[in-house]
Amino acid sequence: MNFITVSGPPSSGKTSVLLKTIEVFIDRGLKVGVVKFDCLSTDDDLLYKKMNIPVKKGLSGALCPDHYFVSNVEEIFQWGLDIDADILISESAGLCNRCSPYIKEIKAVCVIDNLSGVGTPKKIGPMLKSADVVVITKGDIVSQAEREVFASRVNAVNPASIIMNINGLTGQGAFELASVLHNDKSANIETLTGKELRFPMPSALCSYCLGETKIGAEHQMGNVRKMDIKND
Amino acid sequence: MIEHNVINNTKLFILLKKYPFLEAYFKDNNFDIIGHEAGTFSSFLNTLDEEYLEDMAIDKHEACRQLSTYLNSMLEFLGEDKTDVLSITIFPGTNKSGEKENYDKLKINKGDIVSIVGPTGSGKSRLLADIEWVAQADTPTKRKIFVNDDVPDNKWRFSIEDKLVAQLSQNMNFVMDLTAKEFVELHARSRMVENIEEVIGRILTQANELAGENFAPDTPITSLSGGQSRALMIADTAILSKSPIVLIDEIENAGIDRKRALSLLLSEDKIILIATHDPTLALLGDKRIVIKNGGIDCVIETTAEERQVLAELEVMDKRTKEMRTKLRNGERL
Repeated sequence: MNFITVSGPPSSGKTSVLLKTIEVFIDRGLKVGVVKFDCLSTDDDLLYKKMNIPVKKGLSGALCPDHYFVSNVEEIFQWGLDIDADILISESAGLCNRCSPYIKEIKAVCVIDNLSGVGTPKKIGPMLKSADVVVITKGDIVSQAEREVFASRVNAVNPASIIMNINGLTGQGAFELASVLHNDKSANIETLTGKELRFPMPSALCSYCLGETKIGAEHQMGNVRKMDIKND
Repeated sequence: MIEHNVINNTKLFILLKKYPFLEAYFKDNNFDIIGHEAGTFSSFLNTLDEEYLEDMAIDKHEACRQLSTYLNSMLEFLGEDKTDVLSITIFPGTNKSGEKENYDKLKINKGDIVSIVGPTGSGKSRLLADIEWVAQADTPTKRKIFVNDDVPDNKWRFSIEDKLVAQLSQNMNFVMDLTAKEFVELHARSRMVENIEEVIGRILTQANELAGENFAPDTPITSLSGGQSRALMIADTAILSKSPIVLIDEIENAGIDRKRALSLLLSEDKIILIATHDPTLALLGDKRIVIKNGGIDCVIETTAEERQVLAELEVMDKRTKEMRTKLRNGERL
């Protein structure tokens, strides 16, 4: 089975791009399963269901969504095998832009949109920097110049990636994305057990992670760091 | 190709002197190398403490590898002989019903204007996508695209610096919070243009000539009128975009001199494709591609009679324009 991890900021167009891309996979006679990860709620699973695509939904709730992803990825991979999928796709929204759910040797796709502004690529961490394919959306509503500048900023932070402009509404570019994500050379992955994340998640465990709600130094324990506020 | 360890053993001030574009690269990657120029990139990374590396999600080994990937891809891009795109040729594939398209082959040369017509959903986007992807019978239409009469290089697919098609459409807007001058400058810098001031001046002058109403260089781009925005987009694309083909997706006649816009694009050696249902715009093309049922149904050459029609339409357009000016000035029509 081929496994593809897709992530990107909220509302960047991940689901729209994936729906169009999966349509192409289905036309090629491939079976696709999707696992949608989100924090509090999502209705995107319904969009997949509507297209008769097997889908699982995982809501991380009070947990960091990327931590939640790693803790569950082995099980969702098994689910993909159980339903006999040729391709399993995980879709997750980036939360703080610091982490990414990418795994070594597993195809990683980051979806970002032109509307987020040219300053955005440098603000996103491994989710953008360590992706194999960067999909840029919403190019149909910004100027050619902004598209070019945005793409060159993405290239500067991730020069090794394949950068593609996809229109999630019309599906322009989805056929090409499908060919890049799944082809004769795609690895057949048998298990994820023992594989490694591309980038470690941040170490953080303070009293607020454990449910503390009160403000004040005496309530702060563990990994606490203070801002450097100088009066100039 | 410069070896990875050579780059990482070279002092930063030498790298910066030799490859000035790296300054923007370090900035884009949040590497504050100021004060560390006497050392190498690795030695700079070694001055960053563990906590900072973790916060910024920097992997030292990855960062070094990425620097050499970027440097080498830039050198390849800057150094290569720019193949001038003189023509593209579209070889027939099939329509949605699997029938062979009804034309022999379509060669479009530099300086040509070709209109694309057909109902919504007929396959105009697919044709354009085929050109952008330089399809080699590997898309749903099975069309083949040649560049300069030959099988095209793979770079047209994957290099962001070499994109075959630039697009202009009525739906496109400026979203950046910049003035017109700052905006063009930003674009010029990302394109590594050398004589920046001159290029900015040319673009703003051209944009003002295309627009019905003039705008100052310090006007925020988001407050330009529809016509002014379109004019700036066209002038900027003509002069700064490297893409040899420009697709114009329906440009309204209001507030912009379309004929002049086309001749500006032509003077910058572009191939122009126009997707439109506006007869005045469509007839400006030398020929038009008619799309039906996902395939090219036929290719029509613009005849002398049609050019006559164009002349009539232009008279009507001119009249509408005069009425518009009157209306604006508060006169009776």
